[in-house]
Amino acid sequence: MAKADFQVPVLKQYPEIPEIEPGVMAHSSPFKSKPQFQAELGFPGELVDDWQSKAIDKMGDLLGRYRSLRVYLDSCVKCGSCTDKCHYYLGTHDPKNMPVGRQDLLRKVYRRHFTLAGRLFPKLVGAEDLTEEVLGDWYSYFHQCSQCRRCSVFCPYGIDTAEISMAAREIMDHIGVGQKYCNEIIGKVYKIGNNLGLPGPALADTLEGLEEDVLDETGVEVKYPLDQEGAEILLVTPSADFFAEPHVDGLIGYGKVFHESGVSWTLSSHASEAANFGMFIGSYENMRRVALRIREAAIKLKVKRIVFGECGHAWRVAYSFLNTLAGPWDFLDPRYPVPQHICEFTYGLIQEGKLNLDKSLNDEMVLTYHDSCNVARASRMGDRPGGQFDIPRAIIRATCNNFYDMDEETIRDRTFCCGGGGGLLTDDLMEIRVKGAQPRVEALNNVMQEKGVTHMAAICAICKSQFTKVLPYYGMDLDQIVSVHQLVSNALVLTGQETDDEDEAADEAA
Amino acid sequence: MSFLSDVYAGLFYFAAFVLVAGLANKVIQYARTPAPLKIPTTPAPTTKTGVALRMTREVVFFESLFRGSKWTWIFGWMFHFGLFLVTLRHLRYFLDPVPLPIEMIQPFGIYGGIAMVIGLAGLWARRFLVDRVRYITALSDHLILALLITIGLSGLMMRFVVHTDIMRVKEFFQGLYVGQVHLLPADPLLLLHLLLVALLMIIFPYSKLLHAPGLFFSPSRNQVDNPREQRHIAPWAERLEQD
Ligand code: HEM
Ligand code: SF4
Ligand code: SF4
Repeated sequence: MAKADFQVPVLKQYPEIPEIEPGVMAHSSPFKSKPQFQAELGFPGELVDDWQSKAIDKMGDLLGRYRSLRVYLDSCVKCGSCTDKCHYYLGTHDPKNMPVGRQDLLRKVYRRHFTLAGRLFPKLVGAEDLTEEVLGDWYSYFHQCSQCRRCSVFCPYGIDTAEISMAAREIMDHIGVGQKYCNEIIGKVYKIGNNLGLPGPALADTLEGLEEDVLDETGVEVKYPLDQEGAEILLVTPSADFFAEPHVDGLIGYGKVFHESGVSWTLSSHASEAANFGMFIGSYENMRRVALRIREAAIKLKVKRIVFGECGHAWRVAYSFLNTLAGPWDFLDPRYPVPQHICEFTYGLIQEGKLNLDKSLNDEMVLTYHDSCNVARASRMGDRPGGQFDIPRAIIRATCNNFYDMDEETIRDRTFCCGGGGGLLTDDLMEIRVKGAQPRVEALNNVMQEKGVTHMAAICAICKSQFTKVLPYYGMDLDQIVSVHQLVSNALVLTGQETDDEDEAADEAA
Repeated sequence: MSFLSDVYAGLFYFAAFVLVAGLANKVIQYARTPAPLKIPTTPAPTTKTGVALRMTREVVFFESLFRGSKWTWIFGWMFHFGLFLVTLRHLRYFLDPVPLPIEMIQPFGIYGGIAMVIGLAGLWARRFLVDRVRYITALSDHLILALLITIGLSGLMMRFVVHTDIMRVKEFFQGLYVGQVHLLPADPLLLLHLLLVALLMIIFPYSKLLHAPGLFFSPSRNQVDNPREQRHIAPWAERLEQD
């Protein structure tokens, strides 16, 4: 078990709603961004002199630009429906981690400055001035929200605390209070092209290595092309896929699928990152700047289609925002949606019977599937609502014999976040990450006990990294988390591949 | 006595003005503020008809609340549906002649009033009994509940205990349409009831009661899930593309 200097929650068989323990997570806040990283993104380097009035001005600006913010701040009736829905509340018991508690941190300042009732009777309606203490709370608790939108599912008005957190972070960035992790990473994308800061030559090396590995393993020459002009498909994938386990096994899988499909494809060193942390910090401008790199790469490489690899928030930005931020995509092949998810691509081939899949090759695993929050509640796959739940499961069922879902209350649009989303995937936030993972790990633990599940598949780079890190705190193994396309990779028998049980595989496929 | 009637006449003109102007102001503000990104909570409908259905389920059945909290849903729905029936019942004081459907729901309006008060009591109890809800409750949340429950109770009292001259109340409001102040019966219960209703109208556009128009403007509920098919862009975002 990993060592912790805080109490790791105990996993229960039946979920419990904890009693509130005010203030227990007030100490948790991430490292602040250094001045040079702030400047890169167009923000002041440190807390500006008249920060109170600057913050209020920025809030006013955002209220005029985002209907969500305005309507959500006005509409909450304090009904309490969201109070027990946030994994960070369930894991920490801090009432400021209840979605409405979190919103109220911003709402009380909104009411003070932007509503008649709050100007006239602040005490009555819970309005407050923006003091240093309030700013401290903002920095702590708006970095204890993974923007997973679970609260918005259960709110009678769909109030989405993610929108509030994004706005709060944008306001803080504009007065010089930025978060190191997110802002440094966005800087790396601008300078080098991806979150991990892997330069082009390093990528080329890695991809060459993958080609050799796959050749050794299968005897088939599968290509992992980089910057290949004129390829049909541009694959944009999270940079974790280039080197970390279990991510890279997913990338190997995408390559094999493309190989079997016969469609030419390429990665780009300029757009070597699907992630877009501009969303986490609520900055339209930065999110757009990151997204435009994909447009530039698509034009330069003269591709016809864009496909995204496995990443949750990246798919949200891709599916829901890319057309807005970097469109229109009229220069691409209109027969395909822009962009497509790799799962949509693979699923299409499975439907057409173009993949020779031997499920028994995954027989040493009993699987469950984790719906990543941004895929589940902020995007879609395929042409029907809910395709984002069905398509990955269909792929898993086509590649494995043993699959069990977790408790219905914890999957699909009610899924629990892994605890590391929204820009929280950093070591300085380990406590909140471990505690926030509790509801998901609890449900996982229950299917492990009841159904003998051994592994959990996911289609998000953040989920994979987060679980790899936090599962050991709960006494589980870090390699219990796998990529969906790792399962595809295991089961896929390539055309011309030599196998021990060639005939058997052919039978299965027929 | 006519002084009191004058005061109440003025009060209702003022309250009606604040309600209408305040709400119009808010609705225009919501409508004018762009939603720059597609953010429906998914799975979401892919057509406008689908969105209309989703919205109807939210308005009529409180679908999301039902998924979120059964107790709040039961009491909340009782209160709102009760309030809806009561409002319909009250139309007979404001319309002349009284349309048949309004005549027919009169008895249900009474049940509505009772349901409304029970619902409100349940909602209020939650604010004391559930520690999470107690934590998020401000003084104003209690006061709004107190206001509504007092309106409901004073109304029911007039129905069941101390009757008032309802025909003269109707004359009073009919008179206001044409700028005439008729005499209002000076029953304390009636005066209290009307005072609180006027207060409710006045605070409506300045309080959380904005949830009623707010729901219709909530992007997570009213947007069509079609971002890949149709480019969605706000005017201010379009300007970014010019430079
Ligand atoms: C489109 C119309 C409306 C819809 C869809 C709606 C919906 C809701 C919902 C779902 C709740 C949360 C559950 C609850 O606490 O009851 C709520 C709360 C509330 N509503 Fe409405 N409502 C509407 C109109 C109104 C009107 C016209 C009033 C009053 C005059 C009102 C007064 C309240 C109050 C006071 C609460 C808070 C109750 C509490 O404190 O627990 N609503 N509404
Ligand atoms: S968006 Fe997710 S993390 Fe944030 S408050 Fe809502 S449930 Fe909690
Ligand atoms: S569910 Fe919505 S309206 Fe109810 S307390 Fe939470 S944010 Fe407010």
